[in-house]
Amino acid sequence: MTQANDYSLAELCIVAASRAFENDGEVLATGIGVIPRLAASLAMKTTNPDLMMTDSEAWMLSEPNPLGKRADAFVPATESWMGFSRIFDNVWSGKRHAMLGPTQIDRYGQSNTSALGGTYEQPKVMMLGARGFPGNSISHPNSFFVPSHNTRVFMDGECDFVSSIGYNPARLPKGHSLDDVDIRLVITDLCVMDFGGPQHQIRLVSLHPGITVEQVQENTGYPVHVDGDVATTAAPTQEQLDIIAALDPHNQRAAQIKDNPPGDRS
Amino acid sequence: MDKQMTAAEVVSQLEDGMTIGIGGWGPRRKPMALVREILRSDLKELTVVSYGGADVGMLCAAGKVKKVVFAFVSLDFIPLEPYFRIARQTGAIEVMEIDEGMMLLGLRAAAWGLPYIPTEVGLGTDIVTKNPAIKVIDSPYDDKEWVAMPALRLDVSLIHVDRADKRGVCQIAGPDHYMDDMYARAAGKTFVSCDELVPTEFFHNPAEARLVHWERSATTGVVHIPGGAHPSSCTPLYGFDVPHFKAYAASAKEENGIQGYLDQFLGASEEDYQKNVGGLDAIRSIELPTY
Repeated sequence: MTQANDYSLAELCIVAASRAFENDGEVLATGIGVIPRLAASLAMKTTNPDLMMTDSEAWMLSEPNPLGKRADAFVPATESWMGFSRIFDNVWSGKRHAMLGPTQIDRYGQSNTSALGGTYEQPKVMMLGARGFPGNSISHPNSFFVPSHNTRVFMDGECDFVSSIGYNPARLPKGHSLDDVDIRLVITDLCVMDFGGPQHQIRLVSLHPGITVEQVQENTGYPVHVDGDVATTAAPTQEQLDIIAALDPHNQRAAQIKDNPPGDRS
Repeated sequence: MDKQMTAAEVVSQLEDGMTIGIGGWGPRRKPMALVREILRSDLKELTVVSYGGADVGMLCAAGKVKKVVFAFVSLDFIPLEPYFRIARQTGAIEVMEIDEGMMLLGLRAAAWGLPYIPTEVGLGTDIVTKNPAIKVIDSPYDDKEWVAMPALRLDVSLIHVDRADKRGVCQIAGPDHYMDDMYARAAGKTFVSCDELVPTEFFHNPAEARLVHWERSATTGVVHIPGGAHPSSCTPLYGFDVPHFKAYAASAKEENGIQGYLDQFLGASEEDYQKNVGGLDAIRSIELPTY
């Protein structure tokens, strides 16, 4: 397939993020938020049709639902019930890969969804709470999507509250190895990273077109491992763009990254 | 046996300092009419266990709460519950912050009469460092450490369902009963509000009986309150009230905002409340959410 010339940064991120799921086999792909959900849906429609997915409510689907309001005549491709209590049976079996957007991600890949600043008893900013992050992070692979790559998200020091386990030797539970933690891809508006550097250091996997290594490092509060020449994130193909458009008929993806910039910023 | 009672009779069985479990999930199928009856009472010092939404926010804002056991408190489309935020950011409440699945395990342990259920959930996170009441233990069967999620024993659970009969057979016809079966089982007393009161014969159809998620011995009382989940949803009967939640969230930005909200809507009874929000027909016509 030839790569498209005209695509948005959101679409580039969707395609890059969909790669996180391509070798997963038969697992539940959970993308929370528009770009992660479209990424998982795109993977299910293209590179990994064995993926499982819910309707974000209580049913498993054999085909991903398009986002947003659907025609009255629309019939979802349900294949089983999958209420919240049953989700945990799946989570704890490990047959799941979630992609989520925490507020902080530290050098260990630990993340924070709970609270910022102040004390634990009286935080300066209360956020969502730990949600399912503790269980997700120790039970199955996880990826992160960050729509604005900056040093507030990728901050110096440790997360204000550690919602998910990462590669931090000081917090490693007895009888566990750091290799039990499985953080896959970190997709941002600047680049794709993983934790494949020395001693699970964060590592640059690819730069989005027009972005430099220096920009990534300046916007990350800790050193990013760079291994030789860094690849450029592959542009979407027209086929991928068409599938994304069909999955997102109300163009919610255009509102996910500030000012909806083009994918190629060179 | 006839377990019918009024919301006021439910609240008369609650006491200061009790641990109250509240069913539903975020803005979905919350027993809000029973919560409103607590708001009208002088109850205080409650510990609330909930997959939290406006139930938690309103009770915190009204000064009813000593402690919240939570994994999140959210209105979904308004991600951060405004009054829970204020309660946390002013240090007004104690918390036990846990993972969503840990809450299920804690309720299950209480339901099954166990002191705890071992899990690896929480290891390596601040769940175990910020919660002195949650212990990490060795296993007799391997060399790993495990989180001993303690039983979340509830004095009372409050749940809203689509249909019930007067004996406490409860039907949740929406796509998800969430953890409400475990809330019903984890509590000393479980009080259920229902949108529709049906005769027992209704359940003689197995397709209807299949949507009953706990047996009636786990239901203490039944309160018939059509529209009683408003402003949360009771799919498939009605969705959650987006404009109402927006007004509620906006009130949190005002000086003494909760009082303004309560003055505008709460009233002296559920009948008053429903008049103040446009009536039962308006509630029943709220569109279902699209996920």
